[in-house]
Amino acid sequence: MDYTMKISSSPHIRDKETTTNIMGKVIVALMPATIFGVYNFGLNALTTILITVISCVIFEAGYQKLCGLKCTVKDLSAVLTGLLLALNLPPEVPFWLPILGSFFAIVVVKQLFGGLGQNFMNPALGARCFLLISFAGRMTTFTYDAVTTATPLAQLKAGESVDILSMALGTIPGTIGETSAIALVAGGLFLIVRKIIDIRIPLSYIGSFAVFIVIYALATGRGFDTTFLLAHLFGGGLMLGAFFMATDYVTSPITPMGRVLFGVLLGLLTFLFRIFGGSAEGVSYAIIIGNLLVPLIEKITVPKSFGKGAVKHE
Amino acid sequence: MGLLTFSGGIHPYDGKELSKDKAISVYLPKGEAVYPLSQHIGAPAVPIVKKGDKVLVGQKIAEAGGFVSANIHSGVSGTVKAIESRMTVSGNKVNAIVIENDGLFEEIDFSQNIKPLEEMYREDVKEAIKEAGIVGMGGAGFPTHVKLSPKNEDAIDTIIVNGAECEPYLTSDYRRMMEVPEKIVTGLQIVVNLFDHAKGIIAVEDNKPDAIKKLRELTKDMENITVNAVKTKYPQGAERQLIYANTGRQINSSMLPADAGCIVHNIDTIVAIYNAIIEGRPLYERIVTVTGDAVNDTANFNVRLGTNAQELIDAVGGFNIEDPGKIISGGPMMGKAMFTLDVPIVKGSSALLCFREDIVSAIEPSNCIRCGRCVEVCPGRVMPNQLATMAEHGDIEGFLKYDGMECCECGCCSFVCPAKRHLTQIIAGTRKQILANKKK
Repeated sequence: MDYTMKISSSPHIRDKETTTNIMGKVIVALMPATIFGVYNFGLNALTTILITVISCVIFEAGYQKLCGLKCTVKDLSAVLTGLLLALNLPPEVPFWLPILGSFFAIVVVKQLFGGLGQNFMNPALGARCFLLISFAGRMTTFTYDAVTTATPLAQLKAGESVDILSMALGTIPGTIGETSAIALVAGGLFLIVRKIIDIRIPLSYIGSFAVFIVIYALATGRGFDTTFLLAHLFGGGLMLGAFFMATDYVTSPITPMGRVLFGVLLGLLTFLFRIFGGSAEGVSYAIIIGNLLVPLIEKITVPKSFGKGAVKHE
Repeated sequence: MGLLTFSGGIHPYDGKELSKDKAISVYLPKGEAVYPLSQHIGAPAVPIVKKGDKVLVGQKIAEAGGFVSANIHSGVSGTVKAIESRMTVSGNKVNAIVIENDGLFEEIDFSQNIKPLEEMYREDVKEAIKEAGIVGMGGAGFPTHVKLSPKNEDAIDTIIVNGAECEPYLTSDYRRMMEVPEKIVTGLQIVVNLFDHAKGIIAVEDNKPDAIKKLRELTKDMENITVNAVKTKYPQGAERQLIYANTGRQINSSMLPADAGCIVHNIDTIVAIYNAIIEGRPLYERIVTVTGDAVNDTANFNVRLGTNAQELIDAVGGFNIEDPGKIISGGPMMGKAMFTLDVPIVKGSSALLCFREDIVSAIEPSNCIRCGRCVEVCPGRVMPNQLATMAEHGDIEGFLKYDGMECCECGCCSFVCPAKRHLTQIIAGTRKQILANKKK
């Protein structure tokens, strides 16, 4: 009897997880923060999110079409990049700003370097930093309840008092997706439980940052100041950055030890930027600099192979 | 203390419920029997019969072609039809002895091979194992008598019987443990007694509690044998991982198990040792699991070596689909895809696994997203993503620097990769190339 069986090299079975599934789960994990952002900032936020996501998808498909490449928008990575970028924008921005940001994220940071998996920095953060430098005013003007106000971190830097509870809930000014620590932690825990992200990065990032803040508070005579510590943990983009930006697969180390080192490095940089920098916030720049150091971090944290240096049993 | 295990590994769907409760049934071939002269690691065997010769079951038909080689015995009675090149499961044509099966299964007198164990010296036992043509029956086919003759016999302190059976779908070892546990224990005693300082371990994955219980009951009064439950995780039965889980000792690719004081035997190999020493029967049969979603029924057959694979499919009622998507000799993780069923069962054939659909050929690999899953599951603790990229770029130097040779080709990285890259295949190809260049 003759059959036409297929031939391939082993293994002959594969796990169900795909790139698209993973991207989808991260998008789901961002939903609490996204929905809260829309609730907190109103329909303007929703419009910004939609413009960003749609323009990211269009730029990706358009670039690939133009260059004769295989269209990969179905893998949802462009949607995720768009969503992350939108969550990093203030709610009140002119419509062209997210479009420009999307172009920078997708075309400049991602596609010009070879597409998914090849970008050397997080596309959403790269675009955010690009916009921050180019349009500092628009990017740092936060209106809340129709009044332009300072973010809690800026208030903290100016020595004013802040309300920790509203920072945890997120009813504060800030970018669309960064304000609610609770919504972000919930999404982050979902990703950790579903084994999408490795707890090493957020844990070592947030943990080391907290340690530096406590040391700083003690050294500057504040004493053990819980309000100061919690304000720094809940304020700004730390939670969004630690759970969703620093854990971006492509731009974080692949080695277990490298991930810990990367987290600690981000904690240190964020601490330095926030405390000693000119601006109140430092998460984006910290992660981007961290991204650039990933190849070096990986080089010094290559795991020891099984049985390396084993000695003969006599 | 937790269960004995190693770091890395995966938990694929195991499919064992398809065939685990099917008792071993004897299948006697109807058609011709084919004996490739190379079904072990080492030099091919040399035929000692010629066309027209009459042979009996258990008769030696080919002799080891060197120290690292193995005898071959007939599993049928009949006439030698030809000595010609025949297709084998690996896809190579190999010189083979073809025997026209007379269907009588007349046996040689096995009692002539039996000597009371207490009268045998260690060398006699090893000689008998060599004479019986026994090789590792887990698939690699390394001659057992060579394994049992390490350079430093005094250093051997642990004989491990590999009852992990970590490959999904396979149930032949499980059936052996359930049906002939006493043969396994006695076979292990025979091997343990070949060494001055050795003790025996039977390592079984904890998804087979009934087998563990049976073996523990049999060995409860034996001080030199323990039954270890090891964690159910693929590739628990990989030699290096099994040694580590049971002894805490690590070996790398340039070392042998003997360098960790260990010798590891497959369950079926141990049974073959029992058969050779106690019953005087050489290796001419083995257990083959026939399973998968493409066959009408499943079975664990006790099969004569040389049986045509198609016969076993017919014996379970054939396929339930006109054209099965894929047929694998062995398990789904490390088995070989077959392109024809017109090949004989050999010493290393553990299963015929038949799938209605092949998922691998439908896969389109995409870019690595650096998720790190491959690094996490790699039991060799290397970085499959890096190695595969280096391999694709022909960067042999980098491949060696990142310990590419420590890959055991278990397939875990390919299994978990969400981008569906063929990591194992790429790495294995480069490893082969490097090994081939070394030999030159």
